[in-house]
Amino acid sequence: MEAIKQFFSGLSWEQEFVIFTTLKVCIVLFGAVLPIVAYAVLVERKVSAWIQDRVGPNRATPFFVKYLPVVGPILVRLGIFHPLADGLKSFLKEDFTPAHVRKVYFWIAPAIAVVPAMLALAVIPFGSKLGDQKMVIADLNVGILFTFGIISLGVYGLVLAGYASNSKFSFLGGIRSSAQMISYEIAMGMSVIPIFMLVGDLNLSKVIAYQADGAWLVFKQPIAFVIFLVAAFAETNRLPFDLPEAETELVGGYHTEYSSMKFALFFIGEYTAMIAASAMMVVLFFGGWTLPFAGLNESATTFAMGLAHIGIFVSKMLFLMVVFIWVRWMLPRFRYDQLMDLGWRRFVPLALVNIVLTAVVLWALHPK
Amino acid sequence: MSSPAITTEAKPAAPAPPPPVDKIKIKVDGREIEVPKAMPNWEGKLEPTTMLQACALAGIDVPHYCYHPKLPVAGNCRMCLVEFGTPMMGPDRKPVVNEDGSPKIAKQVLPYEPGTPRGAIGCATPISPGMEIYPSSPATKQMREAVLESLLINHPLDCSICDQAGECKLQEYSVEHGQAQSHFVEMKVHKPKAVDLGPRIVLDDERCILCTRCIRFTKDIVGDDALGIVNRGSYNTIAAWKEGAFDNNYTLNTVDLCPVGALTSKDFRFQMRVWFMKETKSLCTSCGTGCNTIVGSREEKIYRYEPRQNDAVNSTWMCDSGRLNYKWIGREDRLKDVLVRGQKSTWAAALKEISEKLTKAVAGSVGIVGSARQTNEELYLLAKLAKKLGAVTDSVPRVGQADKLLVSADKNPNTNGARFTGIAAAEMGSNLKKIADGIRSGAIKTLVVCGEDVTKHGIGADLLAKLETLIVSDILPNDTTAAAHVLLPGCAHVEKRGSLTNVKGRVQKFIKAVEPKGDARPEWEFLHELVHNVTGQNGFSTIEGLFNQMTAEVPAFAGLKWAELGDTGKSVSI
Amino acid sequence: MIVKRANLTLWERLFLPTLLGGLQVTGKHFIRTVFGGKAVTMQYPEQKWVVPEGYRGAPYLVRDQAGDTKCVSCQLCEFVCPPKAIKIIPPGDSSLKADRANAEKTPKEFEINMLRCIFCGFCQEVCPEEAIFLQRDYSLTGETRDEMIYNKEKLLALGGTHAGVQKWKQKLEEAKGQETFPVKD
Repeated sequence: MEAIKQFFSGLSWEQEFVIFTTLKVCIVLFGAVLPIVAYAVLVERKVSAWIQDRVGPNRATPFFVKYLPVVGPILVRLGIFHPLADGLKSFLKEDFTPAHVRKVYFWIAPAIAVVPAMLALAVIPFGSKLGDQKMVIADLNVGILFTFGIISLGVYGLVLAGYASNSKFSFLGGIRSSAQMISYEIAMGMSVIPIFMLVGDLNLSKVIAYQADGAWLVFKQPIAFVIFLVAAFAETNRLPFDLPEAETELVGGYHTEYSSMKFALFFIGEYTAMIAASAMMVVLFFGGWTLPFAGLNESATTFAMGLAHIGIFVSKMLFLMVVFIWVRWMLPRFRYDQLMDLGWRRFVPLALVNIVLTAVVLWALHPK
Repeated sequence: MSSPAITTEAKPAAPAPPPPVDKIKIKVDGREIEVPKAMPNWEGKLEPTTMLQACALAGIDVPHYCYHPKLPVAGNCRMCLVEFGTPMMGPDRKPVVNEDGSPKIAKQVLPYEPGTPRGAIGCATPISPGMEIYPSSPATKQMREAVLESLLINHPLDCSICDQAGECKLQEYSVEHGQAQSHFVEMKVHKPKAVDLGPRIVLDDERCILCTRCIRFTKDIVGDDALGIVNRGSYNTIAAWKEGAFDNNYTLNTVDLCPVGALTSKDFRFQMRVWFMKETKSLCTSCGTGCNTIVGSREEKIYRYEPRQNDAVNSTWMCDSGRLNYKWIGREDRLKDVLVRGQKSTWAAALKEISEKLTKAVAGSVGIVGSARQTNEELYLLAKLAKKLGAVTDSVPRVGQADKLLVSADKNPNTNGARFTGIAAAEMGSNLKKIADGIRSGAIKTLVVCGEDVTKHGIGADLLAKLETLIVSDILPNDTTAAAHVLLPGCAHVEKRGSLTNVKGRVQKFIKAVEPKGDARPEWEFLHELVHNVTGQNGFSTIEGLFNQMTAEVPAFAGLKWAELGDTGKSVSI
Repeated sequence: MIVKRANLTLWERLFLPTLLGGLQVTGKHFIRTVFGGKAVTMQYPEQKWVVPEGYRGAPYLVRDQAGDTKCVSCQLCEFVCPPKAIKIIPPGDSSLKADRANAEKTPKEFEINMLRCIFCGFCQEVCPEEAIFLQRDYSLTGETRDEMIYNKEKLLALGGTHAGVQKWKQKLEEAKGQETFPVKD
C-alpha cells in the first residue's frame, strides 16, 4: 500500500493524468458501457417479452450453472447468460461482405457509428470524486458543445452504411437517418440553451453543482426537458422514431446488408448512444450524481461516498434507459411527415419560445 | 434422280371423296347441313354415308367404342345409338307436310311401344334425304347412359392399376355420359386377368367390352386371323387360337385400338402412367417407310412410341419391331464425350482441329461415308463439305425383308435423302470399295464417317489404321468409333429436329422429344459449323433455315418449305 | 370504405392521453406476466402441443390388416402433389401374376421429399386405395437432404396399419367362389 502511494506521489502531473485517464477510459468503457449495452439488450428482450405476455430469452445455460442451488435456475430463467451467448455468436458468425457493396465505406461505417457515441461519454461527470480523482474522463469547460459536436458525427456512420451497402433498403434508411438526425439536432441544441442561461457555464460539472445547490433543472425547465427527451429518442433512432431501421418497411434499414460483428457494432452504437443520451439527461436535468438528502449533495470526501455517488448516477441513468426501452413497446412508429412536422414545426418554435421566456424571466429576476 | 416436280397431293392410301358427289340435305340437331351421299369406308371404297359420319361433318362427336374409321363396321357396342326421324309418307306415297309447309318428320319409335323413341346405331345406319338426327336429344342421352351402364356391369373398375387409365374411352364417356351409380347389385362376373395373349400383349378379360376391334384388325388388316371370342353370354372372352399365339408384327396396334384397358402392351405395362407422357410428333426410323409416330417421354426418358395418323404413309398403324426400337436411345454405353485420340476434349477444340485438318487436305485425299439414317439436312451439309474437298462419298445400304402392310425392304430411313443430296453413289454402297482401295493405295488420308460402322462394310480395322485422320460421329460405340482419332457424339432422332425422305419420296419432319445425353450434339449443328469453317460459306444455324436453304439448292427438294411440311409431310417424285 | 377521422382536441394532440394509455396497457401486461405467471409461451421441446384430431401432418403409407402394402402405384398422388414432393417408380412388367390377395401392381419405390411436402393432404384425398394418410407428425428433422427423402420402407414403417375394405382380396374371393372361370392358383 505504501509502495503504491509512493509510486503515485513520485509521478509528475502529466504522468498521473495519463495513467488515470487511461484507467478511467478502460473502466468506463469495458467495465460499464459495454456490459450495460449487453444487458440493456437483454432488458429490452425481457421487457418486450413480459409486455407481450411472453417468457423471453431463458435458454442459454453455461455448464456450471446446474451446480448452483436455487440461484442457478433463476439466473437461467432471467436469461442472464444470453448476452454472453449473443456476444460470442456475433464473433463467430460468418462476416459476409456482399459482392455489390462499396467495400471501404462498408467496412468503416460500423466503426464510425460506434466511436462518436462512445466519445460523447468522455465529458459526462459520472460521480463526484474517488480519492483525489474527479469522476469524469475529460472535465472540459465546453462540455456540452463537445457532446453535440461529437454526437452529430454519428449520423455519418449510418449514412455511409446506407450508401455503401448499395441496396435500396439501406439507402432509404441512410437518407431517413440523415434527415431525422439533422432535424432533431437543432431542436435538441436549442432546448438546452436555457439551462446554460441559468447555469452560466458550459462545463457539465458546473451544471451539476448548480443543481446540487437548488432544485433539479427538470423542475425549472420542464419544456426543455420534454424537447430534449423526444429529440434524444429521435437522435438514437429509437421507437417511435426508428424510421431509419423500420423493420416492417425497410427490412433492417441501413444495416440490412451487415452481418456478424459489423452488425453488432451498429447495435453497440445504438445502445451506447442511448447510454450517452440518458447520461446527458441525468446530468442536465436530474442533478447528475447528487441526491438532495443525506448529505449526498456535497462532493465526496470519503471513498465510500464517492462510490455512492457513482451508484446514484448509474441508477438514474438506468432508470432513463428503462424508459427508453419501455416506450419502444408502448408507441407505434411515426410516419415520416409526422416526424418532420414534429421536429421543425413544433419543437423548434417551442424551443425558441422557451429561450425567450427564460431570458425574460432571468431579466426580470436579476435586472442589472 | 428424276425431275423435281412436286406432287403435294400424292396418292393417298384412303382417297378423299371424289369431287362431284351427290350431296343430300339432312338436319342434325335441327341444323340443316349438306353431306355427301357416299363416303369412303375403311378400305377407301365409297359407301353410303352413315349417321355417325354425318354428325362428325356437322361437328358433333357421337361416342363410340367398336367403330373405327380404318376398320370394318361391326356395330356391336351400341354406344353410338342416336335418335332420328325420317320424312313421313302418306298413303299416297307423298310426303306429309306440316301446316307451315315443312315436311312432317316421323321419329323412329319402338313398334310395340310407340311412345318410346327407338334409336339406331350411327356407325352403320346410312342417311337418307330429309333425315333428321338428334345426337343431343334427351332420348339419345338416355340411351347412352343405359348402354354405358350395361357395358360397365362386369367391369372391374380397377382404374388404379390399369395402364389405359388416362386414355380410356370408358373413363371419358363415363365422365361425359355416365351415371354415378349402377342399378346392378348382383355379383359381377369375374374373368381371367393378366392372360398371356401373345409375346407382346397381355389381356385382362374383365375389362374387355367385346367391341372386337382387335379381332377385326388382326383378321382384316393384318390377315392373321388369330383372335376370336369364346364362351357365351356374360362369359364371352377374347382369346387367341392357342394361348400365347397372338404373334405377328402388328399385335401392338391392338393395344392402341382397344378403347379400354383389356389389351395392354407388355413392354409398357406398369412402366409409367400415360398422363405423365410428354407427346412429341416424330417418325419411326426403323425402315424406309417412315411411319409417323408420337414419342411418349417423361423426364428425358422415352417410354413408348405410338403411331400417328398419316394416310399417305402408315394410316394409323405401325409395326411392333419399329415400335419397340427405342431402348437403345437410353443405353448406358451411349457415346457422351467428345474424344480426341481417346482423350476427353471439348467441342470447340475438336471442331477447330478437324477444320484445320480438312482445310489443309489435298483435293481427293478425303473420303466421306455418310449414312442413310441421317437427316436430309445433315446429308446436305456433308455433301457441301464433300464438294469443297473433292471427296469420294457413299453411304451404306441396308436391305431386309419387306411385308405386305408397312415394313419396307429398305432398312434405311432416308435412302432417298442420301441419293438426292448426292452422298450415296448411283448404286448405294458401290463407292465403299473405291474408298477402301483409296486408303489401301494411300490416296485417301482422311476419312469422315457419320453414323456407320465401316468395319462391317468393307473398310476393315487394318485400313482404318492406315489413315492419317479418322473423324467419326456416332451414337453408340462400335469398332469404327474405337479406331477414331476424333470422335463426335451424335444424337438419336428423338433428340434433335430434322427431316427424312421415305422410300416413296415423302419428306417428313420430326421434332425433338428429349435432351441429348451428355455432351452429344445434333449432327447438323456441328456439321454446319464445319462447313462454315472449311468452305467459308455462311449457312443457317436453325433447322428451318437450313431446310429451306437445302430445298433451294438440291433440285429434288425444290419448292419445299419447312413451314409447309406440316405434321404429315410432302411428297417429291423419285 | 372511407373512414372519417375525428379532429383531435388540444388535449389529445398533446399526446399525453396516448402515452398514459400506452403505459397503462403495457404496465398491465407486464405485471400480469411477471407476477401473475400468465405468459402464453410454450416451452417447445419440453412442452409439446397436443395435436388435434384430424390434424394434417406428414403423409405416410399404410398397410392393411393383412400386412400388405395398400399402395398400387397408380401415381395419382404424384400427379396431384402441388410441390412435386412425391416420386414413384412403378414396378414395370415384373410379373404377370394377377391372382393374388393383393393388387397386381405395387410400387417398386415410393419417395416423399419431406423438404418439399407442404402437408396439403391432396395425396390422401386423391388416393383411390386409401393407402396414404396425413398423420400427426409435424416436426420432421434430418441432418442431410437425403435423409429427408423418405423411401417406401420408411414411409410404411412410420405409417402403420389402416384397416379397411380389402377390395382386391374380396374380388379374388368372389372370383374363386364362382363356377365358371375358376381362378388358377
